[in-house]
Amino acid sequence: MLTKRVIPCLDVRDGRVVKGIKFQNLRDAGCPVAQAKSYEEQGADELVILDVSATLEERENSLETVRRVREVLSIPLTVGGGVRSVDNAAALLEAGADKVGINTAAYNNPGLINAVAERFGNQCVVVAVDAALCENRDDAWELVIEAGTKRTGHDVIAWCQHVVERGAGEILLTSWDRDGTRSGYDLALLREVSRAVGVPVIASGGAAHPAHLIEAIRAGADAVLAASIFHDGEFTVGMVKNAMADAGIEVRP
Amino acid sequence: MTTKNVAVIHARVGNLASVLAGIRRAGGNPILTEDPDVVASSEFAILPGVGSFVAGMLGLEELGLVDVVRERICANKPTLAVCVGMQILFEGSEENPGVEGLGIIPATMKKFDASLRVPQLGWNNIVAQNECRYLNDGYVYFANSYRATEIPLGWKGAMCDYGGPFVAALERGNILACQFHPEISGNVGMQVVRRWLDVEKQPC
Repeated sequence: MLTKRVIPCLDVRDGRVVKGIKFQNLRDAGCPVAQAKSYEEQGADELVILDVSATLEERENSLETVRRVREVLSIPLTVGGGVRSVDNAAALLEAGADKVGINTAAYNNPGLINAVAERFGNQCVVVAVDAALCENRDDAWELVIEAGTKRTGHDVIAWCQHVVERGAGEILLTSWDRDGTRSGYDLALLREVSRAVGVPVIASGGAAHPAHLIEAIRAGADAVLAASIFHDGEFTVGMVKNAMADAGIEVRP
Repeated sequence: MTTKNVAVIHARVGNLASVLAGIRRAGGNPILTEDPDVVASSEFAILPGVGSFVAGMLGLEELGLVDVVRERICANKPTLAVCVGMQILFEGSEENPGVEGLGIIPATMKKFDASLRVPQLGWNNIVAQNECRYLNDGYVYFANSYRATEIPLGWKGAMCDYGGPFVAALERGNILACQFHPEISGNVGMQVVRRWLDVEKQPC
């Protein structure tokens, strides 16, 4: 049986792991290669590296990070952040990514999704969708871009269906309301999106406890992504997967 | 023991860096090549997975490798085909009707049932037939929308389940074809590649 995946996420800038809330006040949080290896040993099913570099030079260093992580990592690696062209995607794959994450560029240039999917296959294309609750609503979300700084007015459900039609093989769905709050994933959002699309959906934003990951799977997520819950050393990936297994969710032992 | 050189066909698409790193972890020395002579003469060769069935065939055609790969497999030269690399050993695929594969296996790849999440992305457990020399039971990573459903005559293999049984991998003599991605399937995947490199080869 296909198992549910637990995916730690490393935010990387200029070759170092960084931490901050909503990409503000970033501080150094260690070596990405050592952390990647440690997560694999703990039983991570995949790893996501989000490149939050601000300059071209920093971005070059992030490519080198991907190369070094690839040499030690024998599980799938998705790299996102700043992918704006097929060439960007190709460079990441050449450095060692198995999948590329496309976020803001998917909105500004939707044809990029088709172009990357045609060249590398749908299974290679993860479209990162950042969702924020519409004002005064608790059941409607709009797409936000540019690290949450810009609201687009586009309905998230329709947007997810649209990116799948264009070739997205997977959706990384982040709740911008929950991200960094430690209050759990936005389960209503997960339910709606996983019902609306036929590709796998990765839940992201808000996890602070194994119970949150279990809830997300029950709400329809195929995989759960988390950062701070693992970085802070509060829980290991193994502890989380044990809790999921105890709750009757199929995970890779 | 000397490190074994492995020709990796440079298909220009897909996760080649992962394939190269995976071979190094399994103890081989990967050599990225698009030279038909190198592919033909190398003791070991890998046909990596690429985007779609038609892209896989076009990639081989552009490099003039269609006959070279077919001959390697028919001559039982140690060859590992991964994901779409495995699919193009078949006659065709629902993905690109009318596009001819290498036709080594007389069957057609079919899409997973529409009620499932497709592509299948993630770890699934495979069960290998007892007679397998390279394949073992364990969890491996899949990223596929199309699959074969029966182990063809003359091959051994491993089966898996996603909305019904499907073929996870096939082996025959010195040939290994994996629908899953051994290069990113952790220790289980690494062991499969290592056995393919290390098990005593049958005469070509």
